[in-house]
Amino acid sequence: MMSFDQLQRNMRARVSTIEPNPATLRLQEMGLTVGTEFSVAKVAPFGDTIEIRLRGYSLCLRKCEAAGIEVELI
Amino acid sequence: MPKIPLIAVVGNPNAGKTCLFNSLTGANQKVGNYPGVTVERISANAKLGDIEVEFLDIPGLYSMHPKSADEEVATAAILGSAEHPKPDLLVCVLNAANLERNLFLYSQLVDAGIPLLVALTMTDLLKPNGDTVDVPRLAQELDAQIVVVIGNQGRGITALREAILENLGSPRVPHVDFGLPPFLEENVTAVKERLARIGMDIPRAELRIGLLEPEPIFRKKLEHVPEVLESFDSARNAIGVQGIAATSVVSNRYDWAAKLTAQVITHVGIPKRTVSEKMDRILTHRIAGLVVFVGVMYLVFQSIYTFASPVMDGVESVFGWLGTAASSRLESIPWLQSLVVDGILGGMSAAIVFLPQILILFVFISILEGSGYLARAAFLMDRLLGWCGLNGRAFIPLLSSFACAIPGIMAARVMPDPKSRLATILVAPLMSCSARLPVYVLLIGAIIEPKFGAAWAGFTLFAMHLLGLVVAIPVVYILNRGVIKSKRIPFLLELPPYQLPRLKDVWIAVVQRGRVFLQTAGTMIFFMSILIWAASYFPRSDEAKARYRLEYFAAPRSGREDAYIREQELRNSYLGQAGRAIEPVFLPAGFDWRITTSILAAFPAREVVVPSMGILFTIGDQEPESGAMRKAIQGAKWPDGKPLLTEWTAVGLMVFFALCAQCMATLATAKRETNSWKWPLFMFGYMTTLAYLAAVGVHQLGRILGY
Repeated sequence: MMSFDQLQRNMRARVSTIEPNPATLRLQEMGLTVGTEFSVAKVAPFGDTIEIRLRGYSLCLRKCEAAGIEVELI
Repeated sequence: MPKIPLIAVVGNPNAGKTCLFNSLTGANQKVGNYPGVTVERISANAKLGDIEVEFLDIPGLYSMHPKSADEEVATAAILGSAEHPKPDLLVCVLNAANLERNLFLYSQLVDAGIPLLVALTMTDLLKPNGDTVDVPRLAQELDAQIVVVIGNQGRGITALREAILENLGSPRVPHVDFGLPPFLEENVTAVKERLARIGMDIPRAELRIGLLEPEPIFRKKLEHVPEVLESFDSARNAIGVQGIAATSVVSNRYDWAAKLTAQVITHVGIPKRTVSEKMDRILTHRIAGLVVFVGVMYLVFQSIYTFASPVMDGVESVFGWLGTAASSRLESIPWLQSLVVDGILGGMSAAIVFLPQILILFVFISILEGSGYLARAAFLMDRLLGWCGLNGRAFIPLLSSFACAIPGIMAARVMPDPKSRLATILVAPLMSCSARLPVYVLLIGAIIEPKFGAAWAGFTLFAMHLLGLVVAIPVVYILNRGVIKSKRIPFLLELPPYQLPRLKDVWIAVVQRGRVFLQTAGTMIFFMSILIWAASYFPRSDEAKARYRLEYFAAPRSGREDAYIREQELRNSYLGQAGRAIEPVFLPAGFDWRITTSILAAFPAREVVVPSMGILFTIGDQEPESGAMRKAIQGAKWPDGKPLLTEWTAVGLMVFFALCAQCMATLATAKRETNSWKWPLFMFGYMTTLAYLAAVGVHQLGRILGY
């Protein structure tokens, strides 16, 4: 288990737990539900923003805004 | 007269919705605002066979649980409310290349219980990989008619039109089991029974959405019926909105979507790297990506500069010619001549002159947006802009504001987060626009360069352009913490596959922006120009003119006779009187009544300041580069003989112009974009205060240091 902001480029991970709050609810609505597998495609210059691939599409988000999500590496 | 059927086009962002909407309607779209919010309502009437229908373009949304004003409006427009009539038919746009997530929204739309049909887009993106989609199977599982549409090739539009007609005649409300948890349905039933007891009815779908919404928006509808509200609240508690239940409802829907996607999409062989992935290896690379980004931005703004300037010069010379023509015909009635030439034509020219920049910028924005590059650029820039409370998308509005704040403010619509959008709109006019340049050139040429040389002159010009950017950072920081109350929504950005933008979509977007600008800002500038013209023209009489002429010859003077008369007339006009009355206010900044009056006259449009200073420093209308203007400013003195403009006062004046909100067109555009007078007034207030304090600060610092 690790928290979302520890993810590095080219890692593959699965969502294990989600702390319920409005920000994580929106992430779930974007498809990041418990059990969803995704890969980290890119980390933006200067850090925080990352691009992940899930459910057949590319989503960019800020690590700090996905703080309530725990993942496990696969 | 029978009601015109309302057909709402709804879907995820990047599903090809705008393209499809443009194909259905053509360019004659009506752009208005939804009541009370900043969201634009785009609709168009069109003929389908013999029937007239209204198409409504619903803002793209990811979920029926709204997080922002845009999504709130989108949800309300779909479900229907007091202000929004309920659509008769939904055209639900599903992106075949991103089916899973698009099906999530579909599952919520079906819940709304409105007749719908599906337009399946982007099937062409599946082909290069050899993937296929089983359309009949999908239609069966979705319980809806599906029309395959390739929007950018215009294929399937005729079939879609026919299908819409058919569905209007025999509406179909799909019934699909999404495997939602039974306790949710039990609670919906409980509230529905309670409603029935007092003779009210709300569709199950709407109740389901209301019970699950994270923020109580739907709840407000029930506030006037306390007995129902009580049962609604206990149902909400039972479900545990923030808890596991809401999560499981989302998961249930996604499980359904994932299963269905696996059933209908057939992958052939190992998925290859798509073209987009290959392009992104360079375009979102942390070094190469930034280099390309700088190159693209340079190209955009260089083109605006190169292409807009000649057109702007053309506009100005056309109005100049019209002015001369009108002038000679109206010579017998001087006030009418001045009203037409200085007031009306001057005002119209001041508005229309911005149009080329707006059109060119929006050509680029719609190409960047339509191709998918805008999202990549926002990804690259996010961290740089994110720390002070903006996000990566703000770079376009801020950069374009260096050319002109008006297209900059209009470009802030690329930001879906209303809080960041408002913050961007409020600081955009701080960027040093091209209209400030003549003031800088004049003052630097007259005061700074002769004293300190060309290197310092160049540095001053650069510093003036940097100033707005530097000031904007703390302003955004404060705005986001204290002033803008709306909630921040998380920054989420989808990177859609790269696509060639369609010419028709670019054209429609550009025409739309141009029309919106001329309708709103145009009329505003027009009336304000006439107002300021009147203040600077009246009161005026032949007797006064004769008196000024006598005065001119009574003492030796350097300027020409007519210039002296014009100075006196302006000095004694309402505007000049006001300038002299508030001279004491600007004394701490070292400005005399002539500068003060020029500043007042420049509030509608800051570029007016150079001609007004020309008049007030008694040398008549002169180009800022001309030597006479420089000499007049260098030689200007206080009544006690001290030089008026020292290097400190000159810098103070430039700083004042750099920070002040002297542009009616900007304020009018901000009013249009924020849909209220509150924010443009706030913008005006904070910028003018900042400008004044900074100018006073610079002058006083100069005094303390002994100048």
